[in-house]
Amino acid sequence: MRAAGLHLGLVGLLLAAHFVLPAYHHGVLARVMVLAAYATGYNLLFGYTGLLSLGHAMFFAAGMYGAGLGVRFLALDPGLALLAGVAAGALLGLAVGLLALRTAGVAFMIVTLMFAQATHLGILLAGRWTRGDEGFVLQGPERVVLGLDLGDAAIRYLAAWALFSAVLLLVLRLVSLPAGRVLVAIRENEERARLLGYDTRAHKLRAVVLSAAIAAAAGAAYALLFGYVGATFASVQYSILPLLWVLLGGAGTVIGPFLGTLLMFYLIDTASGLTPAYMLVAGLALVLLTLFAPQGLAGEVRRRLAPWLP
Amino acid sequence: MNAPILSARGLCKSFGGLRAVHEVDLDLVPGEVRALIGPNGAGKTTLVSMLIGRIAPDAGRILLDGADITRLPAHARVRRGMAYSFQITSVFQRLPVEENVALAARRRLGRDRAAVAGEVARVLAEVGLSAEAGRMAGDLSYGHQRLLEIAMGLAQRPRLMILDEPTQGLAEAEVAGFRRLVRAISADCTILLIEHNMDVVMALADRITVLDFGEVLAEGTPEQIRADPAVQAAYLGAA
Repeated sequence: MRAAGLHLGLVGLLLAAHFVLPAYHHGVLARVMVLAAYATGYNLLFGYTGLLSLGHAMFFAAGMYGAGLGVRFLALDPGLALLAGVAAGALLGLAVGLLALRTAGVAFMIVTLMFAQATHLGILLAGRWTRGDEGFVLQGPERVVLGLDLGDAAIRYLAAWALFSAVLLLVLRLVSLPAGRVLVAIRENEERARLLGYDTRAHKLRAVVLSAAIAAAAGAAYALLFGYVGATFASVQYSILPLLWVLLGGAGTVIGPFLGTLLMFYLIDTASGLTPAYMLVAGLALVLLTLFAPQGLAGEVRRRLAPWLP
Repeated sequence: MNAPILSARGLCKSFGGLRAVHEVDLDLVPGEVRALIGPNGAGKTTLVSMLIGRIAPDAGRILLDGADITRLPAHARVRRGMAYSFQITSVFQRLPVEENVALAARRRLGRDRAAVAGEVARVLAEVGLSAEAGRMAGDLSYGHQRLLEIAMGLAQRPRLMILDEPTQGLAEAEVAGFRRLVRAISADCTILLIEHNMDVVMALADRITVLDFGEVLAEGTPEQIRADPAVQAAYLGAA
């Protein structure tokens, strides 16, 4: 299958990049892969199910703090900490999903935004453990698993690659399954999907939980790989970013979130070297995108060249 | 007479002060084609919306095969063998025709790709849309979209199909095709048909229920309804 080939090709390319990239770009790509996993989870809900969340930072933070606090206070090893982070995100996703899915459209955006703000404030209020805005650092020995130091650049890159590859292939598989097709049907016309006999509420809830769990896995990995846990990651900025990455790369495409994350990172990186008003460049890019490629990069490719792109 | 496949007892629904449906009883016998007619605003769509579960009745009960389904959500009623085709065409516009039908078939057939593909081909052939399988549903003509609605109903292999004004907005030739199609479907499926076109109703229906101001005005065979003076006064006018 062309689709499987393309995505496995990306996975292979990213592995090959480990051996050839200069140190700076090697470090950037490790970070981009973790954030792209976050964006891919976000896209499952936004691009495929048609639910626009403005509060996904709470799931990223749930993973980050689930893992970080687990390491700090329960002395979990990084493997268990990752699982704790994913569990925290999935549970939060279940709770928020049960409540927020009683709404739709703009109300869903506002309710998710509200829950994310509550989560952010909760982290600040629990400053005794979370150290609030200042956050805390995971020390060297806390980040060693099976004798591998996640702080080491090579190990870090490969761990980020493993996480991103797993998420990418999971989502690729999911969207080809009947359950994934139902999510698209819900996005396109929920009432029709319901009257084909699909329990759309249950499907949407599962999508929220899975999307939250993937976001949390990225958050947990971020804490473990880069050694820092801070409340900034629960702020509204980190809810908006995955939306921008996905819009840039192509909502409702499997490969789009990665492309968007990568491009936006280098765009801002380059722009900030030229001007302090670097967000202006990001804004301009989004305006151009809306005008000339409203379906995002991969979305445009699908529309013009490759209708088979999942 | 056979036990009814669907029964409604004392169904009521008001919107604000407007009494849309009032104390309606209805019994559908397996295999029959029942037409539901009445002037605009008589409560036909409200009634079938309650039957399929899109809106909840204020009072009354609905039985499917003798089991009370009044409180079941729409998707659960569909799983029990009911299907609904929308009055205003409601297909997945941005998905291919075959995926529209596959979504309808997959709920029943699951991951069995070969079975789903076979069912999609069979149903598209039955309604005459095989040549359009790969096109986007939104690119089809209006008449073809109506056919796609029917195809999505058929792919579910329902025991009871509710068709809400299937011929609305169709050309004469298309209406004739529809009549043949509905007759073919009725061979193994009970049909509740809301319809304005009296030629279609008289040609297809085994029995007719007339709704007026939300209440059942008359019920009977096409001949009885045609001869009923109350129906003539309320609905058929001078004809």
